[in-house]
Amino acid sequence: MSILKDYQSQATTWCPHCGNFNILQAMKTALIELGLEPWQVCLVSGIGQAAKLPHYLKCNYFNGLHGRALPAATGLKAARPDLPVIVTTGDGDCYGEGGNHFLHALRRNPDITVIVHDNQVYGLTKGQASPTSPRELVTRTQPHGPQSEPFAPLALAVLLHAPFVARGYAGDLPHLKDLIVQAVSHRGLALVDVLQPCVTFNHLNTYEWYAERVYPLEEGYDPTDRAAALERAQEWGERIPLGVLYREERSVFGDDLPAISRGPVTERPRTPQQVESLLAEFEFAAAHGVAPS
Amino acid sequence: MAIDLNLRVSGQAGQGVDTLGTLLAEVLHADGLHLFTHQDYMSRIRGGHNYYQLRIADQPLTAAREKLDLIVALDERGLQEDWPVAGPRPVVLVDGEFEQSEGLKLRVPWARLAEEAGDARYANTAAAGAALAQLGHPLETLLARLEATFARRGPEVVAGNQQAARAGYAFHLEHFSRMLPLHAPVLPPHGQLLLSGVEAIALAALAGGVQFYSGYPMTPTTGILTYLAQHADGQDLVVEQAEDEIAAINMCLGAAYGGARAMTATSGGGFCLMVEGLALAGMTETPIVIALGQRPGPATGLPTRTEQGELWFALHAGHGEFPRLVYAPGDPTEAFELTFLALNQADKYQTPALLLYDQYLADMTATVPRPDFSGLTVDRHLATAEEIGGDYQYARYALTDSGVSPRALPGTPGAVVEVDSDEHDVHGHIIEDAETRKAMVDKRLRKSAGMRQDMLPPLLTGDAEPDLLLLGWGSTKGCLAEAAALLRQSGERVAQLHCPQLWPFPAEAMSAVLQSARRTFVIENNATGQFRGLISRETGICPDELVAKYDGQPFAPQEIVAAVRSRRREKA
Repeated sequence: MSILKDYQSQATTWCPHCGNFNILQAMKTALIELGLEPWQVCLVSGIGQAAKLPHYLKCNYFNGLHGRALPAATGLKAARPDLPVIVTTGDGDCYGEGGNHFLHALRRNPDITVIVHDNQVYGLTKGQASPTSPRELVTRTQPHGPQSEPFAPLALAVLLHAPFVARGYAGDLPHLKDLIVQAVSHRGLALVDVLQPCVTFNHLNTYEWYAERVYPLEEGYDPTDRAAALERAQEWGERIPLGVLYREERSVFGDDLPAISRGPVTERPRTPQQVESLLAEFEFAAAHGVAPS
Repeated sequence: MAIDLNLRVSGQAGQGVDTLGTLLAEVLHADGLHLFTHQDYMSRIRGGHNYYQLRIADQPLTAAREKLDLIVALDERGLQEDWPVAGPRPVVLVDGEFEQSEGLKLRVPWARLAEEAGDARYANTAAAGAALAQLGHPLETLLARLEATFARRGPEVVAGNQQAARAGYAFHLEHFSRMLPLHAPVLPPHGQLLLSGVEAIALAALAGGVQFYSGYPMTPTTGILTYLAQHADGQDLVVEQAEDEIAAINMCLGAAYGGARAMTATSGGGFCLMVEGLALAGMTETPIVIALGQRPGPATGLPTRTEQGELWFALHAGHGEFPRLVYAPGDPTEAFELTFLALNQADKYQTPALLLYDQYLADMTATVPRPDFSGLTVDRHLATAEEIGGDYQYARYALTDSGVSPRALPGTPGAVVEVDSDEHDVHGHIIEDAETRKAMVDKRLRKSAGMRQDMLPPLLTGDAEPDLLLLGWGSTKGCLAEAAALLRQSGERVAQLHCPQLWPFPAEAMSAVLQSARRTFVIENNATGQFRGLISRETGICPDELVAKYDGQPFAPQEIVAAVRSRRREKA
């Protein structure tokens, strides 16, 4: 049984009061609740403030390239279905640089958890608009505000039949911890978009702004109702729902691929000699011996 | 060689040129002859003009030949494309009634014979029968191949195809018996394989223990993806077509981090997208093999033709400085050996290995000896339990004399495996201090010393202290061998140098060879002489002459002989 201290790692480099602190804390407490030791967990991240999280939580991690966490996590999970794989990513990393991978990860549906720290702004590069920035967010690189509509990741995920679609809020730690526990336990791609105030670069979507708007999904809400989920996923502005918006049972990447469904390929090393049986295909048989000359 | 014939099957895309060429190659190979085939096809699904060329001999072949002895033309209108510029005319088989035959243009009504056999789609099979008759070759093995090929389509299809083959064969014998057949008889079995370049790479990937393969379809690499996907379940590996090449390489790196042996393949344009991931492999010290199948660029270039234009790209791709291995096979046999070696070496040095080939090698098939599996082992070079230790003390990037750190896999009790694309300390944590940065760069580059010890020497064949030295790399190997032999026949002292490993570069061995020769010629399928430039840079010796070809076509031996002779006349 692990305790909080077991997950202790390096000192963070985030700004004081950053929403990331609660996400980190929620992650640690969720992993403890799930009964996982640091060596049993694998985080995958790209680049950005969110992608630094694995450095602040003792566990296995693959901190790769900007936008590329999802394919790396997909490959890792395919090779090692025994390991829980959790992607920690941000709105720029996952929805911008990695947008194409996000789309196809939803289609492919590997058994991974995707936690998106969605602060609607670029933190690491200091304050540019992100794919989820509101059009009102004036920045030094977007003096007229972003010229694109904000991305709607949860609605897209519902449309593409992602099997677990949830929204958390960094200002509500127990709720977020509970969502992460559910997401990691869920089989298939579990998407948790976490509203994360950026205290340095986003002066619109503040803790106060969120506190006036977020609400937990009411009791009796049916997450298997796709039409309702699609509607809630698009609810934004006056009221913003939190919780598991959508659930669906569907086949997971690897279900039809024996090399994945048999368990970790690393436990079944192959030998060169196994291939000799394939050579017959390249021999081709003669139907007769040498013709008389 | 008592037998050395050159047959071309030509026609439009979609007419079955490849299928007919392959069928004839399989039959002749099975009947004891040695084959060397190559293809030329356009980037289209229908129309145009494609060919499949078979060189047939009684001894091992290493190269194609220009002069044609027989053309089987499925599209008569396209025939002028096959017509030799000069020299003797080949025999041509075309569809049509006997009465319309003229000179060496022999008409066999294969469309009509196919309909009489039950289906117009058997026309190419009737043509195959006629082609064997023209080659003076018996029909039995073709009939057996048709049975094997069409058995799953039912006895009627087998019987129909066999009837069409017999009819084409009989028609030819009946009407053209006065024509001297080309001499390609059945020979004693050689027990060898008929293998293409991509098949050799794919087989070696399986033999080399690849457990995860992800790629995106692109000529000339799709054959690897297809072959591995077909054998994924039986051979127990994961094969996934990624959404793009960026995803392909990152999936591979994720899988490799998890402990799977991982490989991908792509061509130049796709490799451009993979370059970011290549540098990630260098920084995270994650082993991966990337097969880079070249075709003429830049950009989309000539998508289905051949070129050796990416040597410098392969050597320098990726931002920052990190060690890499670059191998360049010259034929299907070497493609098998070097793919296998690259997989073991990538694991040994925890760094990316590139396998540089091209469309010509990908699509060439040759009668080759069976690979020798005795002594082949998959060497993973993973950390031992003692090296990993317990209590979370394990450090993925421990500093060592060799630069290679013990590699543990995630999921090991009492250890965490921390891997980072940022510069990092021994544990894989982000750092920014100058001292650690320098220590890590030095550690990674230290691996080059071991890689140089394992380096393959250049292959030198032919006369000692030659008047003429022909230097090449990759798919020109067999062609240079035959060109050297032709030049030697005219009394020259000739040697050939083929370089199977391009990085680390065997500079010392190369210097010695260059100094032993009077005139040195580099022969390359590119415009700027990249190999010649590499030799100059690494040895300080610039080879005398460059024979460059960059029209999308491979070299022929006679072409190299002519180029060498003409350069010498110019200088005389």
